[in-house]
Amino acid sequence: MTVLVVADHRRGELRDVSFELLTAGRELADAAGAELHAAVISGDTDAFADELNREGVDAVHAVDHGEEFNHDVYAQAATALADDLAAEFLVVPNSVNGLDYAPAVATRLDRPYVSDAVGLDYADGTLEVTREMYGSKVETTVAVDDGPFVVSVRGAEWPPAEGTGDAAVRAFDADVDEAAVGSTVRGFEEVGGGGDVDIGEAEFLVSIGRGIEEEENLELVEELVDATDAMLSSSRPIVDNGWLPKNRQVGQSGKQVSPDVYLAIGISGAVQHVAGMKTSDTIVAINTDPNAPIFDIADYGIVGDLFDVVPELVEQFGGDPPDV
Amino acid sequence: MKVLVTVKEVAIVEDGFEIAGTEVDDTYLGYDLNEWDDYAVEEAVQLAEAGDDVEVVAVTIGPERSEETIRMALAKGADRAVRVWDDAIADVELLDVETKARLLGAVVEQEEPDLVLSGVQANDDSFGATGVALAETVGFQWAAVVNALDTGTVLEEGVASVRRELEGGVEELTDVDLPAVLTIQTGINEPRYASLRGIRQAQSKEIDTRTVADLGLDASVAESSLDVTAMYEPESESDAEYFDGDPDEQAAQLADVLVEKGVVSE
Ligand SMILES: Cc1cc2nc3c(=O)[nH]c(=O)nc-3n(C[C@H](O)[C@H](O)[C@H](O)COP(=O)(O)OP(=O)(O)OC[C@H]3O[C@@H](n4cnc5c(N)ncnc54)[C@H](O)[C@@H]3O)c2cc1C
Repeated sequence: MTVLVVADHRRGELRDVSFELLTAGRELADAAGAELHAAVISGDTDAFADELNREGVDAVHAVDHGEEFNHDVYAQAATALADDLAAEFLVVPNSVNGLDYAPAVATRLDRPYVSDAVGLDYADGTLEVTREMYGSKVETTVAVDDGPFVVSVRGAEWPPAEGTGDAAVRAFDADVDEAAVGSTVRGFEEVGGGGDVDIGEAEFLVSIGRGIEEEENLELVEELVDATDAMLSSSRPIVDNGWLPKNRQVGQSGKQVSPDVYLAIGISGAVQHVAGMKTSDTIVAINTDPNAPIFDIADYGIVGDLFDVVPELVEQFGGDPPDV
Repeated sequence: MKVLVTVKEVAIVEDGFEIAGTEVDDTYLGYDLNEWDDYAVEEAVQLAEAGDDVEVVAVTIGPERSEETIRMALAKGADRAVRVWDDAIADVELLDVETKARLLGAVVEQEEPDLVLSGVQANDDSFGATGVALAETVGFQWAAVVNALDTGTVLEEGVASVRRELEGGVEELTDVDLPAVLTIQTGINEPRYASLRGIRQAQSKEIDTRTVADLGLDASVAESSLDVTAMYEPESESDAEYFDGDPDEQAAQLADVLVEKGVVSE
C-alpha cells in the first residue's frame, strides 16, 4: 500500500504544511502498513525533493512542470501519479491551492473526498477522519470505508517532519495535456501591506470581531484603544464590511501577528483567524458564548457581553466610554 | 448569458446546545443563507446589472424549508430558482461532495450556464469542495477562492479575469476560460439587503422543484460514501483563567493583567 502526499509551495519556497503532511502521511502509513511517498509538482523540483527527503519518507516524486502552481497541471499530475503508484491514500493540504485542485483530483479518480482533517485513523480498511462543523463548535468523526481515498489536511495540526531520510528521489513524467489547461496565472500581488500602520509591530492589539454588530459601535473599541495606547485589529468580517482597511485583518489571508497581548473581543476563533494570532504571548478573549473556540487558546477569558465589559474597561484606564 | 449561482441553506448552532446521537438536536438549530453564497448571489446580480440579457438562476439542494432561503436570492435579483430534492436525498445524513457535484452537475447540463458562482465553503459542514468538484464533473474550467472578478472581460471576452486570495496577503491573478465555476470568497463585494419590493416580488417568482429522476439520475446517486460515526463537543484544551463577577469586576481583573504584562501603564 502507498500513502502519497502532495507538497505545497509558493514563490520558490515549500510551505510549512508540506512538512506537516509528511507527519500526517507517515502516521497513516504506519497504521496501514504502507509506504510513504511524497510528490512535488512544479517549481525547483530538485531542491524541493531534497528538502522533502525527511525521516520516514520512502520515495519522493518530482514532476518538473512550470514554476508556480497551476491547478490544471496539479490535477493532471496528481491524478497520474496516484494512478501510477496505485496509491490507496492521497493526502493533500487544505490550503487555498489545495482547495483549488484536490476536489478535482478526487472527482477524476472517482474517490471519496474528505476535507480539512484534524485527525486521521485507519483500521480494518476504514478511514476515520476527525473534522469540525459549525465553525468549530462540534467535532465529528466521519468514516469512509470504500477506499482508496483523497483527504485534505488542516495546517498546523501535525508537527512538521524533521531529520534527513533516505528516500529514493525519482522524476515522474506526468505528460501534461496542455490543451486541457484552461487557466493562466498572470502573476501575484501583495495586498493589505503598506499604509500607515503595521499591526505586526504592536505590543498590544485590541482586536474586534463580528460581535460588534454595527459600524457605529466601533467607537467603543476605538475609545479603548485610545485609553490603553493599543493598536486596533480585527477579524475578517469587519474588513469584508469595509469598516476597517485590509491591513487591520488578522488571520490566514490577513496578517500574522504575535503581540505581547492579544485581546479578542467578539471573535469566535475560527481556524483561519486563529492561524494569524495563536503565537501571541498572552491571549485574552471576551465573548458571550462560553463554548466559543477562542477560549481554547485563551490564557484569560471573560464570558460576557462586550457592551457591558468594554465600557468598564475603558473607565479603568481613565477613558470616557461613548454610549453605544 | 446565463449565470447559475449555487446557494445553500446552512444550519447555525445556538450558543447553548445539545447533541443527540450524531446530530445537533433540532431545537438548537437556526437556518440562514450560507455567508459565502450571499456574496456569490451579489456577484451574479451585479453581472446581470452590468450586462444586457444576463439571466441569473439560483439553485439549491434542500428540503422544502430551504425555499425561504432561496427566496432571499430571488429577492436580491435572481430571476428564477431551482430546488433539487427527493426522499432518497432526505435520507442521507451527510451528503458527500461527489453527490452534491453530480446533482448540481445534472442541473448545469439542463440549464447550460456560461458561468457558475458558488461560495468557497458552507459554514455548517465546511467541505470547501463542491464548486471545484462540480466544475470537474461537468468539464468546466474553474477557480477557487476568488475575491475579485472583472465583469467586463466576463461579459465581453468570455474570460473570467479573477484574483484568488492566497494565504498571507498575497493574491494570484488568473484568467479562466468560460464556461467556468468560480468559488466566491467573502469581501468580493457588498451584498445588498433585499428590498421590500424585492421580497414581495420574490413571493411570486417560480421555484422549480426537481427530483433525482427529473435530473435524469438514478437514485443511487444519493448513496453517500461518508458516514458520521460520532459527534461531540470538542474537549476544551483551555487552561484559561476566567474572570468572574459583574462586568466592572471582570474589567478590573483584566486591567490588572494588562498592567502586569506591561502593555498598559496605570
Ligand atoms: C479561505 C478563507 C480564509 C479566511 N481568512 C480569514 C482571516 O484571515 N481572518 C479571519 O478573521 N477570518 C478569515 N476567514 C473567515 C473565518 O472563517 C470566519 O468567518 C471569521 O474569522 C469569523 O469572524 P468573527 O469571529 O469576527 O465572527 P463570528 O464567527 O461570527 O463570531 C462572532 C463572535 O462574537 C460573539 N459575540 C456576539 N455578540 C457579542 C457580544 N455582545 N459580546 C461579546 N461577544 C459577542 C459570538 O458569540 C461569536 O463567538 C477565512 C475564511 C476562509 C474560507
